[in-house]
Amino acid sequence: MTIRRSVPGDDFSQAGRASAELKRILASIGVDPRIVKRAAVAMYEAEMNMVIHAGGGLAEAVIHDGKVTMVLEDSGPGIPDLDLAMTEGWSTASDIYRELGFGAGMGLPNMKRNADEFHVESVVGKGTKVTMSIDIRSPEPRA
Amino acid sequence: MSGREGNMAEGEAKTVFHSVKLDPERCVGCTTCIKKCPTEAIRVRKGKASIIAERCIDCGECIRTCPNGAKLAVSDQLSMLGGYRVKIAVPAPALYSQYDEGQSVDRVLSGLLELGFDEVFEVAEAAELVTSATKALLADASLGLPRPLISSACPAVVRIIQLRFPSLIPNLVPLIPPMEAAARIVKERLHPGEEGVGVFFITPCAGKVTVTRSPLGYERSALDGVIGLKDIFLPLRAAMARAPERKLARAGRIGLEWARAEGESEAVGERRSISVDGIGNVIGVLEALENGKLEDLTYIEALACPAGCVGGPLTVENPYIAKTRLRKREAEAPASVTEPRPARSLDGLGWSSPVKARSAMVLSGNLDRALEMAEEILVLSAALPGLDCGSCGAPSCRALAEDIVRGHARQTDCIFKLRETIRKLAGELMAMEEMLPPGLDRE
Repeated sequence: MTIRRSVPGDDFSQAGRASAELKRILASIGVDPRIVKRAAVAMYEAEMNMVIHAGGGLAEAVIHDGKVTMVLEDSGPGIPDLDLAMTEGWSTASDIYRELGFGAGMGLPNMKRNADEFHVESVVGKGTKVTMSIDIRSPEPRA
Repeated sequence: MSGREGNMAEGEAKTVFHSVKLDPERCVGCTTCIKKCPTEAIRVRKGKASIIAERCIDCGECIRTCPNGAKLAVSDQLSMLGGYRVKIAVPAPALYSQYDEGQSVDRVLSGLLELGFDEVFEVAEAAELVTSATKALLADASLGLPRPLISSACPAVVRIIQLRFPSLIPNLVPLIPPMEAAARIVKERLHPGEEGVGVFFITPCAGKVTVTRSPLGYERSALDGVIGLKDIFLPLRAAMARAPERKLARAGRIGLEWARAEGESEAVGERRSISVDGIGNVIGVLEALENGKLEDLTYIEALACPAGCVGGPLTVENPYIAKTRLRKREAEAPASVTEPRPARSLDGLGWSSPVKARSAMVLSGNLDRALEMAEEILVLSAALPGLDCGSCGAPSCRALAEDIVRGHARQTDCIFKLRETIRKLAGELMAMEEMLPPGLDRE
């Protein structure tokens, strides 16, 4: 099954809707609560990143063959140095988002920690695509 | 053993007993309650609201919102006191917030004796013990409990976590609530081994009535009855007026605080804590926690009712007026119980049975089948108008889609779908009317 939602970049009150929907669906099909939480955290972080850095984008989650695959694609500024962006505590979020409790530099590392597979492609000036998948049948993350 | 069975609804299985009930005489079949229910546990069927027992968390939101007073909480009556030799009232501190400041706590408690109770033991006194036990749990890192810990004092919060946030069950404070602690102190320490002792909780809360029947975290309640605050409000007021005032109030500020929002956090004294009240706000905070947003907190005080227990569905006063009154009483009270009667120890306050996830929201026990159903729900709800009008008896189009897939409803329960079907049929009838057999066609 596929859930596809556009994530608006100009309405912060709507941010988190796509991850909330994914969470509700995973819980309704009886996925272990620990996995639901990991998927929720990964999807939420990715969704918030799109809102904060890229002016929104498209969020998609596919539940198939024992796993959930989340793809979040935007046409934002892109990430110039991916290794740096993957460093815990490194952030380019503006003060306004820091005041809201974001921008701790945990976004990408948090996604990677919670997903079994994590992949990010980014082209400066064109956009970023984050692809994550989580096995929905075994509760512990694959090392 | 007691007269409780006779007073509460009979014949209910232990697991599905709920205090919150419908009065079919008063229900007009409007859709106000179905929209407000935080677990989508109500449907309108045959012109009356019906509660899906497996999903009800006894939060009392429907009692609060029903414009016709058709939702009620079943509790015990004062008449059941007759079955006991020694009758002991354990009043929730929220009771004191229902009477104005001119009435001292001593007077409220004296009124309870005048009403027919032999003794009183304040739940606020037991709340102090639970406060100390909670502090001890927070201080002991070796226990390996996750952070933040979530207070388990509000039964509706525990139940919504079981139902909607099962990943947070390990975060619940594994301690019995103050009312249960009070009942055990009375039975085990003040009247050990005595026959005919009846302990009655005076409560602002429907969920507490349910939890006495189906405890969360322990096997069996030491309480013999639970009396709704609003049922006792008027007789108690009359008894207070005629009772000789006796020195009975013992509980300190720390225990009284538990009856209102922020009080528990203040009592526990945890700096990195959050206090949230009102079931919608509680859900918001639990969502944020599940999204990994609040992990720097150490303690969450979550209360389903606005302003906390003083805003319970069985109270009579406005929650915020009651909260202000309680604060005044706190200011007049000593910090804690002056001469503690029971030993101050953690013994016996811990959970004795696990709190488990509830599966009422899961579509099927088979993951593949559940996934198929979830997909059907997505397709079906996209085909519904998306107005969430409630005319079908379900709270939203998505909920109707789920009911259809579960086999509890039909697509034509949607009046828009029904109209579409009728229009299509009418069109087909018109077309058929045109199609006369050639032998009858005279034109």
